[in-house]
Amino acid sequence: MDESTHEGPPSRRAFLSHSLTAGAGLAALGSAGPGVAEARAVVADPPETLPISLTVNGRRRTLRVDPRTSLLDTLRKDLGLTGPKKGCGQGACGACTVLVDGGRILSCLTFAVMFAGTEVTTVEGLADGDRLHPVQQAFIDHDGFQCGFCTSGQVVSAVGLLGENPRPSREEIRELMSGNICRCAAYPNIVDAVESAAKGR
Amino acid sequence: MLPFHYTRAGDIAEALRILSRDEGATLIAGGTDLVTLMRDGIRAASHLVDVNGLGLDEIHWLPEGGVRIGALCRNAVDDARLRREYPVLAEALRSGASPQIRNRASVGGNLLQQTRCTYFRLPEFACNRRTPGAGCSAIEGDSHLQAIFGASPQCTAVHPSDFSVALQALDAVVLTEGTRGRRRIPVDDFFRLPGTTPHLTTELRRDELVVGVELPGGPLAARSHYVKFRERASYAFALVSAAVAVEVRGGTVRSARVALGGVAAKPWRSPAAEEALIGRPLDEEAAAAAGDAAARGARPQRHNGYKVELVRRVVRQALSELG
Repeated sequence: MDESTHEGPPSRRAFLSHSLTAGAGLAALGSAGPGVAEARAVVADPPETLPISLTVNGRRRTLRVDPRTSLLDTLRKDLGLTGPKKGCGQGACGACTVLVDGGRILSCLTFAVMFAGTEVTTVEGLADGDRLHPVQQAFIDHDGFQCGFCTSGQVVSAVGLLGENPRPSREEIRELMSGNICRCAAYPNIVDAVESAAKGR
Repeated sequence: MLPFHYTRAGDIAEALRILSRDEGATLIAGGTDLVTLMRDGIRAASHLVDVNGLGLDEIHWLPEGGVRIGALCRNAVDDARLRREYPVLAEALRSGASPQIRNRASVGGNLLQQTRCTYFRLPEFACNRRTPGAGCSAIEGDSHLQAIFGASPQCTAVHPSDFSVALQALDAVVLTEGTRGRRRIPVDDFFRLPGTTPHLTTELRRDELVVGVELPGGPLAARSHYVKFRERASYAFALVSAAVAVEVRGGTVRSARVALGGVAAKPWRSPAAEEALIGRPLDEEAAAAAGDAAARGARPQRHNGYKVELVRRVVRQALSELG
């Protein structure tokens, strides 16, 4: 990383923060277009991309990311993993759920650059070849979906849940899956699927 | 979103150095709030300082009683002793957000999260908190989620945290470290009411970071409870919540803490409700009296009169369930 060039305290720094503030102010007044474009042209200093290495579904990946890009967009656009979905893009629906170092998180509420050195698992990484993960199989067996858009998030979230709590009650499943919204309202079958996956362990 | 520098700080000194050198620098931990604020143009940063490498993620039991929770512990922090000795804290944490967000969001970030006031979150509306002097769209707008205590003509937003409400009921202290040294700030002083400067939400200085929170030991915390009322059963911010802690000796209440969430720009302590409990048995009558006392002095706006009744009932329920 050529971070060192950004560490100095030249007077330009103060100028840049002022132009940033001005940019934000303009955006706040609803004239985001020209204001932001202008400010961006002035700010030549921050890096356009930074290199990161992380492990995704067991495979080491090294790439350059725009620091403003979410882990979700990086997975979908740079790595072609479209299992994690962009439902709301603001942490309200759970469709983008992935596992980071085994724990479930929302990949939309992130900057990818912060995940250097981590192990990320998406729904694509759950199956063992042609053998589905038990949670995936349980969703099929119990018809735990309708349109399917939220399903990859539901499945990954359920895998994360069983990692946190291997023997959840039905009530606990409902509470601990509440971060995953299903607009088709397949909830009863989702709870059945998670319960059966837990029992099958 | 404007481009920014990114540094993963190796130690606290490095993070503070960048903060004091660059007035546009911002710390990021879990990012579960900051990322959306930046994406929506509510906040801008010239330099993001990632603090996830600083450690600060331990629960440290103090030999003289009490416990220190590191600022980078996640909201999913699950500790059997914490659950046993500070039930209100564990319950409040578990009631917040969703498991995915709790796994990522930090304890320090929970304190520093911004209001969910719709007008603050939508740049097309005027907001004094976002742009000092711009005006407040909520005053004439939809007030059903706004404050009933401690609001000002400049701002009626509420603090969204559950955790902070529990901290308020536990007399917690916020631990900070800055270029000018360390500070211990009682949680009640840490959060600010809007007054004429709603953009200043906490006492944290620009060149300081929250390193943890400290909960005192003592008999109050063991008998404590959190009740959260929201628009759906889970994964929603509180309309009104109550954190209560009561010490009963010889059949009567010796000391009590009652704090409310969803009603003010800070976790709102209710000395009147506490007063109403002292010296009497913790029964239904006392719980109702405390609920009534907690609602006294509320100043509802056009659409949130319901919160006054909710305060009464949530406090009463929290105390009844303790009894």
